Amino acid sequence: MKAKRPRAGTAIALAVAAGGMLAIAPALFAREGSHAEIERGRYLAQAGDCAACHTAEGGQPFAGGRAVPTPFGVIYSTNITPDPSTGIGNWTSDDFYRAMHEGIAPGGEHLYPAFPYPWYTKLTRADVDAIRSYLATLAPVHEQNRPTELPWPFSVREVMSAWNALYFKQGTFQSNPQKSAEWNLGAYLVEGLGHCGACHSPKNFAGAPKRDKAFQGGYGENWYATSLGGDLHDGLGQWSTDDIVQYLKTGVNKRAAAFGPMSEVVHDSTQHLDEKDLHAMAVYLKDLPPHESPANATSASAAGGNTPDADRVARGHGLYIDDCAGCHMENGEGIAGVFPPLKGNNVVQSKDPETVVHVILSGAKTAVTRQDPTGLAMPAFDWKLSNEQVADLVTYLRSAWGNHGDPLDAGKVADTRRTLVAARTQK
Amino acid sequence: MATKLPAVDVVLVGFGWTAGILGQELSDAGLQVVALERGAFRDTVPDFATTQIQDELRYAVRNELFEEPERETLTFRNSMDQTALPMRHLGSFKPAAGAGGAGVHWNGQNWRFLPTDFLQRTHIEQRYGKGFIPADMTIQDWGVTYDDLEPFYDRFEYLCGISGQAGNINGRIHDGGNPFEGARKRGFPLPPLKRSYGTVLFDKAAKEAGYKPFPCPAANTSQAYKNIYGVQMGECTYCGYCEWFGCGNYSKSSPQTTIFPVLLGKDNFKLRTHASVTKVLLDSTGKRATGVVYVDLQGREYEQPADLVILTAFAQHNVHLLLLSGIGKPYDPRSGNGVVGRNYAYQITSSVDVFVNDIVNPFMGAGALGQAIDEFNGDNFDHGPQKFIGGGYIALWTTGGRPILQHHLPKDAPKWGSGWKKAMADNYLRTVSIATHGSVMSYRDAYLDLDPTYRDVYGNPLLRLTFDFHDNEHRMSKFLTDKAAGIAKAMKPRAMHVKQRDGHYTIVPYQTTHNTGGAIMGTDPRTSVVNRYLQSWDVPNLFVVGSCAFPQNAGYNPTGTVGALAYWAANAIRTQYLKKPGALVSA
Repeated sequence: MKAKRPRAGTAIALAVAAGGMLAIAPALFAREGSHAEIERGRYLAQAGDCAACHTAEGGQPFAGGRAVPTPFGVIYSTNITPDPSTGIGNWTSDDFYRAMHEGIAPGGEHLYPAFPYPWYTKLTRADVDAIRSYLATLAPVHEQNRPTELPWPFSVREVMSAWNALYFKQGTFQSNPQKSAEWNLGAYLVEGLGHCGACHSPKNFAGAPKRDKAFQGGYGENWYATSLGGDLHDGLGQWSTDDIVQYLKTGVNKRAAAFGPMSEVVHDSTQHLDEKDLHAMAVYLKDLPPHESPANATSASAAGGNTPDADRVARGHGLYIDDCAGCHMENGEGIAGVFPPLKGNNVVQSKDPETVVHVILSGAKTAVTRQDPTGLAMPAFDWKLSNEQVADLVTYLRSAWGNHGDPLDAGKVADTRRTLVAARTQK
Repeated sequence: MATKLPAVDVVLVGFGWTAGILGQELSDAGLQVVALERGAFRDTVPDFATTQIQDELRYAVRNELFEEPERETLTFRNSMDQTALPMRHLGSFKPAAGAGGAGVHWNGQNWRFLPTDFLQRTHIEQRYGKGFIPADMTIQDWGVTYDDLEPFYDRFEYLCGISGQAGNINGRIHDGGNPFEGARKRGFPLPPLKRSYGTVLFDKAAKEAGYKPFPCPAANTSQAYKNIYGVQMGECTYCGYCEWFGCGNYSKSSPQTTIFPVLLGKDNFKLRTHASVTKVLLDSTGKRATGVVYVDLQGREYEQPADLVILTAFAQHNVHLLLLSGIGKPYDPRSGNGVVGRNYAYQITSSVDVFVNDIVNPFMGAGALGQAIDEFNGDNFDHGPQKFIGGGYIALWTTGGRPILQHHLPKDAPKWGSGWKKAMADNYLRTVSIATHGSVMSYRDAYLDLDPTYRDVYGNPLLRLTFDFHDNEHRMSKFLTDKAAGIAKAMKPRAMHVKQRDGHYTIVPYQTTHNTGGAIMGTDPRTSVVNRYLQSWDVPNLFVVGSCAFPQNAGYNPTGTVGALAYWAANAIRTQYLKKPGALVSA
């Protein structure tokens, strides 16, 4: 696979038509290192949510050191401040572009795809240069990178060349002439900087996203990220583009509230994006196909597999009234803009209920944004509810109010509980 | 030797309602603010989570959210000829400890005082003559009027999202609200809470008796709310666990649910917990505060220098700190001279248990879910024939039906065994209680000073409280209780139990945490500790905020007025003091 030269015209073409922040076509006026280019780089760095991974808890921004759990072991993010010895101060712009575009650091060392170069490869050269110009303005932080904790053979970085050959498709975003400029801008953001697929796409045994099932739901950091497809129950089929924009801007809309890693994404990244860029992302997302036909999804037996046992549903209903209805209300509709509804909720109805179990066991906190600074929290129930009770409760949630989803087995809850305890003790 | 920390613009002592308000407003003005809180940090999740908070034994009986008397307490006596003894268990009142202060565990009963309350002496003298006020009664005007405070009452109500029904908007009386309240510029941010059946019974009986009942203003949200700082609240579920508990679902106004989310995220604000302030430091002139000293949990001492020191602790703790720091002249009850500790006041409460025939479901409650009448509060009625000063509201509250402390039995019910169990089963669902909430005037012999004998965990003298109910208050309370019993009778109950408050004030049974005075506001430095902006007369870069500023106590719960005064002081600092630091009122 050879690196394609980025087509400088791409971003200009899409952006002018869409008129969003990305409409400011850098090549037109932004000289390298100019204020306009740096500002644009700052915006793009937010869109790419670089700070989220490249900042350790309580650490200096962009100085790295955050543990990123992967199915293969823990990887630590690196220092991307312009410190010459520990950061990227000595990297040339070609070095930086190669890392973003090919996943290869100066000296030819392969990067692990926990750094989302499989997505960033789609960025135009101008956008990558702008990000680098912005990073170059940061105060250098002298912070040594931590070695990864990957077991052999993953600890051998050369393994990644084989991985790349099999799964990595290098290349700048190519616009689809069949689609609108806005759709293309959205696609550029979602598939590129936004790297939404890093969590929301299913992955194969090697941790590579399954391209034929892009955005159909996947795992990330002990959470199951819902499908972003047009599925009525567990995707965005019921959401309007405005719903999506509002969610990305404020972390909450009438259908859902962001929590877990998504609340960080909203806090660090999407709340800062221009509404027109968010709208473009929403237009693109709304065009993603459902993973199952809507006709099938409306039939309980098809969507839910088997009908839950009435006793379990009754027990789950009792638990719901005792423990959940105070905020989510008896009718499952929550309180608009405050407590998310569970009726029609795509997380509750996800193919894999991992995330709803995770939230019940460990609690959650909604995104803190400029528009909604509260950060409402749900308490943990791990100390209070047994695996059987959580399973009954989730089974109830997935069958109440017209919701769909397979009944849940207590063994699955036990697995999640074990994983969460292990993650907690690792910290 | 105290470790000296880098100086800040403002240091706040204590981190409850008043500190939250001052911290938010002054950090908005660009100042570097540090708050020092003696207790721990606490938040809705995990500390008040719905999964654990409804534990009456842990919170209401074993006092988890309050100060620990083994560390800090006060001594008490009824009169100057007695020797005061330490309060070793929380009793008559329960000061909080920890972030949010009493704003965490309050019921949410949020009132405005009456316009005449702020002109207590002038108004009584004008209407009834100078001779109407007993010689030993040291009541005085506040130095601030209701009209001064109205915008700040409003701001506090829109901070909290108060649920209620306005009775007087710009002088126009509105049916269903309190017709006696001072004029407000606009209605409450939220409609009243849903009624409990008990309040419906009270409403009917009160109307039959010719009164004008209204829903009590509640800091329990009747609907979801987004406040003046953009902070969101949920909707009250009527779980009945407000007083003594934190709220688990963001539906009771507290510093946590209204201010902290924005305040704690600011770069120019810092909170230090487990930091007990023991002294305000003064420079060599004694006219300027240079900062405070505090002690951490390991006993290490720190000096926090600041340009502006604001005492925002609980009422008597502010007074204690002034006395320990030698700021202002301590009050001497014999000569009547001095000001710090003067005019301590309290409230006098009573109740009538009403055993009705209908099922009233007491467990469906909220801290401020109530229906009240205000005919006998303040000077809303002619005191001439009654020969006493003051009054209070009469209300039926449905705060909850908790198993340990919230059940009522007729007087003749057995006290134990199967008879008691049967009486409990017969009455739990069929009892309501009508409460009176009476004012207490200030007196020459009711005051705070330093105890000569007992010391706290830091080796400092404890605060000493000298207080008793006076004849004026007993007669006023009896008058209110009789009126309450009249309403109870109109409810045609199976039985009634009138609980009159007689005799000496006692520190043992819980009554109310509405302690006031000791650092009162006023227009004359000889009779007040702070001026009308809550600024110390003696040390102009020191402000003292809280109910310690009340010259006497009114017949309402104090939090609304405390919140209004905090906004009033914050406004004075922002618009006057910062432009020209120094005394805002010349003595």
